[in-house]
Amino acid sequence: MFKSAHRKPGQNTYASQVEKYSTLKYPHRLNFYDRPPLDDITIEEFEICALDRLRLLAEIESSYARNRTWEELKQVALKQSEHYLPLNSNTAKNKNIEAERRKDHIGHFVLRLAFCRTEELRRRFVKAELALFKVRYESDDRAEREEFLQSRDFGWDAVDDAELKMYAEQLAAASPPPMSQAGGKALEKYYKVRWTRVPDLVEKRRVFLKGGMAYVPAREQSSIIFEEFQRSLEKSLQLTLKHLPRLDEDTRIVPLLDNLSQGFMAGISSEWSSAPEAAGDEITADMIDGLARKHFPMCMRHLHESLRRDKHLKHHGRLQYGLFLKVLGLSIDEAIVFWRRSFSTMQDDKFNKEYKYNIRHSYGLEGKRANYPARSCQQILTSDTPGSQDSHGCPFRHFSSENLQTGLLSMYSSQGLGASDLLEVMSYVKNGHYHVACTRVFEITHSSQGVKKGDGVGNGESVTHPNQYASRSRELEKSSESVKVEGDGDVTMG
Amino acid sequence: MPAAMQEDLSPEVMLAFYRRLYPFKSLFTWLNHEHTPTKQFINREFAFTLAGDVYLRYQSFVTADEMKKQVCQMNPTRFEIGPVYSARPRDRKTVRPTAFQPQLRELVFDIDMTDYDSIRTCCQDAAICARCWKFIAVAVRVLDSSIRDQFGYKHLLWVYSGRRGIHLWISDAEAMELTDEQRRALVGWMTVIQGGKDMVKKVNVRRGAAGPLPPSLQAVVDSYLKFAFPDIILDDQNLFSVRERWEEMLKLLPPGKVRNELQEEWDMDSERASADKWQDMRDAIKSADSKEKSTLKLVVQDIVLQYTYPRLDAEVSKHRNHLLKAPFCVHPKTGRVCVPVDPSDIDNFNPEAVPTVGQLLQELNNVVTETEGEHHSDWEKTSLKPYVDMMDKHAQALMEEVRKTKRGADLSW
Repeated sequence: MFKSAHRKPGQNTYASQVEKYSTLKYPHRLNFYDRPPLDDITIEEFEICALDRLRLLAEIESSYARNRTWEELKQVALKQSEHYLPLNSNTAKNKNIEAERRKDHIGHFVLRLAFCRTEELRRRFVKAELALFKVRYESDDRAEREEFLQSRDFGWDAVDDAELKMYAEQLAAASPPPMSQAGGKALEKYYKVRWTRVPDLVEKRRVFLKGGMAYVPAREQSSIIFEEFQRSLEKSLQLTLKHLPRLDEDTRIVPLLDNLSQGFMAGISSEWSSAPEAAGDEITADMIDGLARKHFPMCMRHLHESLRRDKHLKHHGRLQYGLFLKVLGLSIDEAIVFWRRSFSTMQDDKFNKEYKYNIRHSYGLEGKRANYPARSCQQILTSDTPGSQDSHGCPFRHFSSENLQTGLLSMYSSQGLGASDLLEVMSYVKNGHYHVACTRVFEITHSSQGVKKGDGVGNGESVTHPNQYASRSRELEKSSESVKVEGDGDVTMG
Repeated sequence: MPAAMQEDLSPEVMLAFYRRLYPFKSLFTWLNHEHTPTKQFINREFAFTLAGDVYLRYQSFVTADEMKKQVCQMNPTRFEIGPVYSARPRDRKTVRPTAFQPQLRELVFDIDMTDYDSIRTCCQDAAICARCWKFIAVAVRVLDSSIRDQFGYKHLLWVYSGRRGIHLWISDAEAMELTDEQRRALVGWMTVIQGGKDMVKKVNVRRGAAGPLPPSLQAVVDSYLKFAFPDIILDDQNLFSVRERWEEMLKLLPPGKVRNELQEEWDMDSERASADKWQDMRDAIKSADSKEKSTLKLVVQDIVLQYTYPRLDAEVSKHRNHLLKAPFCVHPKTGRVCVPVDPSDIDNFNPEAVPTVGQLLQELNNVVTETEGEHHSDWEKTSLKPYVDMMDKHAQALMEEVRKTKRGADLSW
């Protein structure tokens, strides 16, 4: 309190603020949603608040799916917010702040009811809500944000000067200050929390750890807040789930909630998830060598060639490649034939015991019988980073640049990729735009079928899934073949 | 290990081992943290591997005796330990799926010699010798000290895996409660060697190209790796006397004068000893111009890390519901018992001196048995004793911890 009075010295403003705050039910733009709304809500309001928020969350989720950068996502979310769920700061004039915040509050709690029901829904809801909170946090007014942080206990301890001095060197090395501030400036403030509160900073080694405490610099403070937001939301969802059965008798609300959760599920396309492509596209084990040469993205070609060379693939390689082939249209029987032949040096007995089960499992025929989707680019890029003996992963991300260039040339030069194209592809790789690099390779290798730079895998889309790459490539081949057939019918070429 | 290959692991031998030697009581106290059975043991999943590779999951028991009875009845070739669930695993079909979730689990690490295949010359694949063990020894020292110092965990149990690796089980209360996300974060902190077969440079830990090493890694380099590198890689393995290997190492240097010169020099004398080659490189760096020199010095540190830092099997540690072979099981290929290892004496641990089932049963036969009937702690009469004692001491510390927190809670009330 003293602090805020100090920052705003004018007697009048201070007094007026006190007055305003005492009447405002929602003093801050940001909300940790610790308390549920307790007023009466009409059923119509109940639905509208939820639907508008849902639209916003669906937009955020699809941004993730399209691999948008954080900045792009933020722009999209802010724009959609203005439309569906505006939320203005305390300084905004002529806006009904109170009503906006009430809508935000109610919407959040209704969606909790709708999305607490399955693990999958909870995970997606938390992810989208967290992104929304981050967007708002970053776009919030500094002073107001500070006040919001004061209003809630986050359980951090400021690191005292003695400790700051003792660990000065380690602190500087663990979280080096940004260039502009380096040198001269007074010691930065640090906060001490259990390391489990800031897993993201720990994972990237961006803090100093001692005896289980993480020393978080003031500028990374937001990590603690975001983690706390996520943790408390996850916990509340579990609680909500426990109480949900009591709602069962309410015939007004339950169907509404069902609708909402289905809407969220449908909001995001999962075209490449599981079903093999349209009937008639069945492929057999014998066709794979040919398909790989013509249609596979580099990750899959690399796996294919590794398999041919080593007569074996490690676990994650089998998984990444096997699920890809499944979605491509390889039936379970053909899959077993394919893998059996590929592991040509292996005894039948060993294959049947150790591998067949896993292949059947990935087709949903064993164990919990889940129909596993093929891995998307994002999954390949971010999860199960290849270990030192593995062949899976994304070549653009996980190869050294020399191996990547050699690999590209050896795999794709027959389709028109030349040494002169490497420079461009490698420049995308260097900037971390792996999917752009992959898309560019697609464009180059399909230029004979009329694909131009910027076309991507149709309508300028970039590659987000290996199966998308392969099926687009096969489509192109089919359409150019049919053109040829028609052409042959009309004129006989000399 | 031709002798080990002929180890008799028939069902009769295994049954005798479980009936007379396996320390079920010790396993129980270690998992349970108390004398009276708690959720920590009752809701714990065990998975049995039976003869013919039949895999039986979701076994659970109320007491050590019940577990022993079941193990003797099924006579598995080995069994694994999973998480503590919110309900008894054997009852899982009677509860709602949402009420059956993994809740607690020791934080585990697995280090396996196969991940070192590209940097050892003495053995390949499943084979392991005293020289390979040095890699494991360094890994144990690094991991043990890092976890204690940085994460503040105290209850670490190291267990030899019976053939070519070692497991670590951490039983501190906080470690047991970690979520998958937190486990992943911790593994990320510990993982330094990254990138598949096709990535040359597997160490990328600096912030920016020329930033300092993170303090945790700097400490590890200064106190362990700096010494381990010349000892293991240069002298013992003499790794860079193989053309393929020194070429790999040289690729880690930035392209430039130093790299080219060394390439030419070693081309002429490919089998030159590793220590001499390393000296060549240091000399070359010393005489390089100042700009190149400063980057090269960092590269040298990175090389040391790449060749000696522990190579973790990260997937094992990331998920609460991963199953890991229980201590004191018998390795199905070597017949050796998976015994606890003292990390402070890791350098003197000799995997080939670990007792095998056959050997232990032989020892038992040599002792004249006076009493008839069920045998409970016959291990006391064999060379398994020091290992069981080590486990009991570890479990004792855990029980002490629980007592302390309970007493604390009483006082505050």
